[in-house]
Amino acid sequence: MTMHRRASTAELVVPVRASDHVLGPATAPVTLVEYGDFECPHCGMAHAVLEELLAAAGDQLRFVFRNFPLTTVHPHAENAAEAAEAAGAQGRFWEMHDLLFENQTALEDDDLVAYAAALGLNQARFIRELASHTYATKVREDFTGGVRSGVNGTPTFFVNGYRHDDSFDLPTLAKAIARAAE
Amino acid sequence: MDQGPLEANTPAPDFALHRTPDQRVSLHEFRGNPVILAFYPADWSPVCGDQMVLYNEILPEFRRHDAALLGISVDGAWCHLAFARDRKLGFPLLADFEPKGEVARTYGVYRKGDGVTERALFVIDDGGIIRWSYVSPIGVNPGAEGILKALESLSARARS
Repeated sequence: MTMHRRASTAELVVPVRASDHVLGPATAPVTLVEYGDFECPHCGMAHAVLEELLAAAGDQLRFVFRNFPLTTVHPHAENAAEAAEAAGAQGRFWEMHDLLFENQTALEDDDLVAYAAALGLNQARFIRELASHTYATKVREDFTGGVRSGVNGTPTFFVNGYRHDDSFDLPTLAKAIARAAE
Repeated sequence: MDQGPLEANTPAPDFALHRTPDQRVSLHEFRGNPVILAFYPADWSPVCGDQMVLYNEILPEFRRHDAALLGISVDGAWCHLAFARDRKLGFPLLADFEPKGEVARTYGVYRKGDGVTERALFVIDDGGIIRWSYVSPIGVNPGAEGILKALESLSARARS
């Protein structure tokens, strides 16, 4: 729930780095960082908002997605996050990211493998990396960095490094981004 | 006038509260370890849910500091049981239920008009002294970074 959030001073302590998944140019005046969970319905709603936002923003916006799986309430979130990372290792992070958010109620391991197949990934490698939790450390690093930055639920957004403590509906988020671009 | 929330360097008042209908938890049982008290207004309300769910995920980080986490609200023990089961919480929720809000009053974090506790955090050291406290706006999930910073400074102090 974001309705009652107020302005905060929470700041992103982990700067955008090479291991991040990034859309948009590094020269964009505004960087939007999301901490999200593929099984979180609010993140699913935010995903639709972000697609519109990114389409409209052109080269004015850089978007970064980091993992923040709340694994006790979302039992599929950890494996989904690791699946996105495994797809990322094969150069298809964003395609998997979109598929996961578009299929939030179908995140069983079989589903994840089916998405990998649909994306034409090396399936043997994908399955092996998922089974051995190759990317669990990366996911946990995202999570811990988020905690240290004041992530207090999912999704949490940072606009140019400051936590966005307001609604993530399209007009509100667009306004926050426009303000940051000034 | 009510006192404000107890501040750093104040001894943490002891209490014994029900965590289940037939089991009580006392603060002094944790002497020798840091304790995090997380007062929150109510089970089931969305922000609280997020806050307790978040802390549940962060339990491994709290445990690295040997810290125990105790959630406290004015809800009864049966309500806590149902809530903890639903959210799969791995730490105790204590019922400040009878007399209602008595422990919260002792810590200066009871909202009289609303009949619930503030959304307040206390980090208590291994000797039972409050080392950090924070009251969040009631509708804002304060996250955990303040708790972790406080625990780190306790660990640093213990090493020096």
